[in-house]
Amino acid sequence: MQSITDIDLGTPRRSSEKQITLEVDGVAVSVPEGSSVMYAASIAGRQVPKLCATDALEAFGSCRLCLVEIEGRRGYPASCTTPAETGMKIRTQSSRLADLRRGVMELYISDHPLDCLTCPANGHCELQDMAGAVGLREVRYGYDGENHLDRPKDTSNPYFTFDPSKCIVCSRCVRACDEVQGTLALTIDGRGFASMISPGQMQNFMDSECVSCGACVQACPTATLMEKSIYDYGQPDRVVETTCAYCGVGCSFKAEVKGNQVVRMVPNKNGLANEGHSCVKGRFAFGYTTHPDRILKPMIRKSIEDPWKEVAWNEAISYVASEFKRIQQQYGRDSIGAVTSSRCTNEETFLMQKLVRAVFNNNNVDTCARVCHSPTGYGLKTTFGTSAGTQEFSSVDEADVIMIIGANPTDGHPVFASRMKQRLRAGAKLIILDPRAIDLVRTPHIEADYHLQLKPGTNVALINGLAHVIVTEGLANDAFAAERCDAEEYKAWKEFVSQPKYSPEEVEHITGVPADEIREAARLFARPGNSAIYYGLGVTEHSQGSTMVIGMANLAMATGNLGREGVGVNPLRGQNNVQGSCDMGSFPHELSGYRHISDSGVRAQFEKEWGVHLESEPGLRIPNMFDAALDGSFKGMYIQGEDFVQSDPNTQHIERAMRMMECVVVQDLFLNETAKFAHVFLPGSTFLEKDGTFTNAERRIQLVRKVMPPVAGLADWEITAAISNAMGYPMNYNHPTEIMDEIARLTPTFAGVSFEKINKLGSIQWPCNEEAPEGTPTMHVGGFARGKGKFVITEYVATDERTSRKYPLILTTGRILSQYNVGAQTRRTENVVWHEEDVLEIHPHDAEQRGIKDGGSVEVASRAGKVVLHARVTERIQPGVVYTTFHHPDTGTNVVTTDNSDWATNCPEYKVTAVEVTPVNARSEWQKHYRDFTEQQEDLLAQRLTKS
Amino acid sequence: MDIHHLVKMANSIGDFFGSEPDKEKGAKGVADHIRSFWDPRMRREIFAHIDKTQGEGLSELVLTALRTYRNNVAPARDN
Repeated sequence: MQSITDIDLGTPRRSSEKQITLEVDGVAVSVPEGSSVMYAASIAGRQVPKLCATDALEAFGSCRLCLVEIEGRRGYPASCTTPAETGMKIRTQSSRLADLRRGVMELYISDHPLDCLTCPANGHCELQDMAGAVGLREVRYGYDGENHLDRPKDTSNPYFTFDPSKCIVCSRCVRACDEVQGTLALTIDGRGFASMISPGQMQNFMDSECVSCGACVQACPTATLMEKSIYDYGQPDRVVETTCAYCGVGCSFKAEVKGNQVVRMVPNKNGLANEGHSCVKGRFAFGYTTHPDRILKPMIRKSIEDPWKEVAWNEAISYVASEFKRIQQQYGRDSIGAVTSSRCTNEETFLMQKLVRAVFNNNNVDTCARVCHSPTGYGLKTTFGTSAGTQEFSSVDEADVIMIIGANPTDGHPVFASRMKQRLRAGAKLIILDPRAIDLVRTPHIEADYHLQLKPGTNVALINGLAHVIVTEGLANDAFAAERCDAEEYKAWKEFVSQPKYSPEEVEHITGVPADEIREAARLFARPGNSAIYYGLGVTEHSQGSTMVIGMANLAMATGNLGREGVGVNPLRGQNNVQGSCDMGSFPHELSGYRHISDSGVRAQFEKEWGVHLESEPGLRIPNMFDAALDGSFKGMYIQGEDFVQSDPNTQHIERAMRMMECVVVQDLFLNETAKFAHVFLPGSTFLEKDGTFTNAERRIQLVRKVMPPVAGLADWEITAAISNAMGYPMNYNHPTEIMDEIARLTPTFAGVSFEKINKLGSIQWPCNEEAPEGTPTMHVGGFARGKGKFVITEYVATDERTSRKYPLILTTGRILSQYNVGAQTRRTENVVWHEEDVLEIHPHDAEQRGIKDGGSVEVASRAGKVVLHARVTERIQPGVVYTTFHHPDTGTNVVTTDNSDWATNCPEYKVTAVEVTPVNARSEWQKHYRDFTEQQEDLLAQRLTKS
Repeated sequence: MDIHHLVKMANSIGDFFGSEPDKEKGAKGVADHIRSFWDPRMRREIFAHIDKTQGEGLSELVLTALRTYRNNVAPARDN
């Protein structure tokens, strides 16, 4: 079922400079060349009956309901598959057409249950609508013939049902799985009357390859595929357009609501980031917003050994203010700080850093990008001058060669992955640099041309090896570099990468990637046309994360792959607003718009606006905050929507640091792992409960609209403002739009941004200013933001994290499709059916050597700690490397990861940890301790409940 | 703060700028980076370590950088 407010034009909109003019029922209409007659009729305001056609899919021409008459032509062509031509005269209604359509509908209805009044699609069923549209009054065949009405219903998927008795075999679901999602999990089994929709090979949905993106559910014109939430709650009655709060793709959604109950989330086909598509998280996994685990009243306690005490908002806010003031008085003004959230809005993030700089009067503010994409900020700013990706998502449609480095788009950024798959199926070449065989290495209709399966930690050697081939074989685009980059630096870089130590043969020794494959992949990337780099945390989360980002930027500049569509260096951002949280001045060394805090001119603008003096020294980064807590100089912390006790490396180190602090304030939805060490808990609001903006990975600023009032009483920005007011600095905003206006006044790249303009345009990609009043989809067109592009030498330096006899394997960590980050949200949804626990992937060879069986319990031990989890023996991972996720807190994956970090930014080296794996029977000591501590904290929370 | 950790961090910065053919430029790169990204207490402690141990554990480039550019790198409040 489509959104209840969607208007379906029948076939996809075409883009062509040439317009076709024709006549529909006497109305003249112009449409782009390539449009269908059905589309032209829709534009002319004439609705042609249809069932198998929808504007999200290519025309199929199977239902025979959309027949029309065309003057001068014989017969009754299907309007969906007939291209509009100049001068055509179309007739959409006639008595003959009415007879034909009624005849078709009679056949459909003769094999369809007549249960409209109790059907979940009642009122929004296209079959029902068409029966009305064609004037069906009887079914001459009766209902006693052979039919499909006794086909059993498949309820295996947690979010939707498949009721084949209602199916009209229009193939919209099959085509959606093919054209929109690209998984091809559905097919038509059988022929003629026996035709039926088949997930996989006549399996149920859960046993098939279905990834639960919901594209089929949205495409279904009947109740055959239907959200369970509609069975539960009935039809929604209002719609609010908003932006997804999961990954950095930033899908636009229509929240369909009944009262304040979200019934379902439907991807917005006008959303430019997702164009009507979604994934299992965004579409279905919103149940956490009403989960009973949510804490809805503020709580305080003196010690983490004490029970929580529920208090009123004003008491909680006063307590926070008095504690922070006491700590600063006692230990100095640098003894407190804050961590902003990439799950909160731009406006909330901006206020958090303002609180730190203007009220705490220091720069101890950081954000979770520290542990994911901070090297992106450093590397791209150094080379290009802007800490952001260069393209918009649709740019991939123009790419001839796609190089994916250290990213797993089908799991991490599934909606963009679907778009990328469309391009690959259309013929673009694919190079993958990854230690692990991600799905895109080989998936239906797609096979990577090269999978450079390097050893973890050797990215920089490989990028230098690729550059070596390009430079020494004369494949570099010298003209581009001469025009756009610093000549001396380019010359020095070419000499650097041309050294024999970066020849493919030498690089093979370091990376394990065969020299021939390096050569061929480099030649493919450098060939004329458009080559684009897409990358993820497999680039950044290394001791040389920033170096690798610079290395990729060097490669793009050297091959001239910047400044137009189809090319670029594109970070795939993890969290929904990680780009925005960085833009808003969350880093301790820079103000909004990436301007260093030591710049007195920039500081002066903020000082004038805010009426305070600002500290010129950079503050502590998150890992430095923990180190400072352990040495006793950092005592208080305000944490908005982050859970670094679970997400950050070396858990035991962080736990020790947390215990050293005197006032930890956590603002969140749930009592997460970090909140177990907190003294104040402030109940936060979900993305459904507030207004604001998120900025996605393509710098696209989109509105987040309030669907319902904050369940706990305050939106997150209101809480921050209240703390500021209580500490004596007035923040009196009436609405987030006023905060955005302040951001625009203070941030050159946001100068032209306002809620009003975003509302009008749908979204805006920064920079948005006088030069680009409607935003900038592609960066660095005609020149780099910094002036000349900067080539930088990227020497490979092996990580300190070495394998040894004691720790012979390398652990690398990542994420999966159904879970999001620490899982605080997705673990509280039905998504757990796909991922009940974190497991360790290990190659059969390594497993056999250690006596490890698939599903057996294994201990993973590193220099930092030990955890126990179940093994999955798979060839997806190469020998010598093991892999796991970090979605479940009781696994404690980050107990094993270490303090090693990126040289420039302190981004942790999650991707390389030397470990040994052995079969065991019991949980690790940390896991036993975790269980006891969690029980204690849950008891302390329960005691609060008995007192309230 | 854990001085071993600070020394390791400083040396990893030195590893990056050590590839700069012009050693003076490399040393300035190290100094600028530490000045730009390290909180004052971290800088204070690395200088205290240099004063106390002659920079034990620090690479030659880092030590040169911090000694050469001390006035620029040391926290403003300490100058």
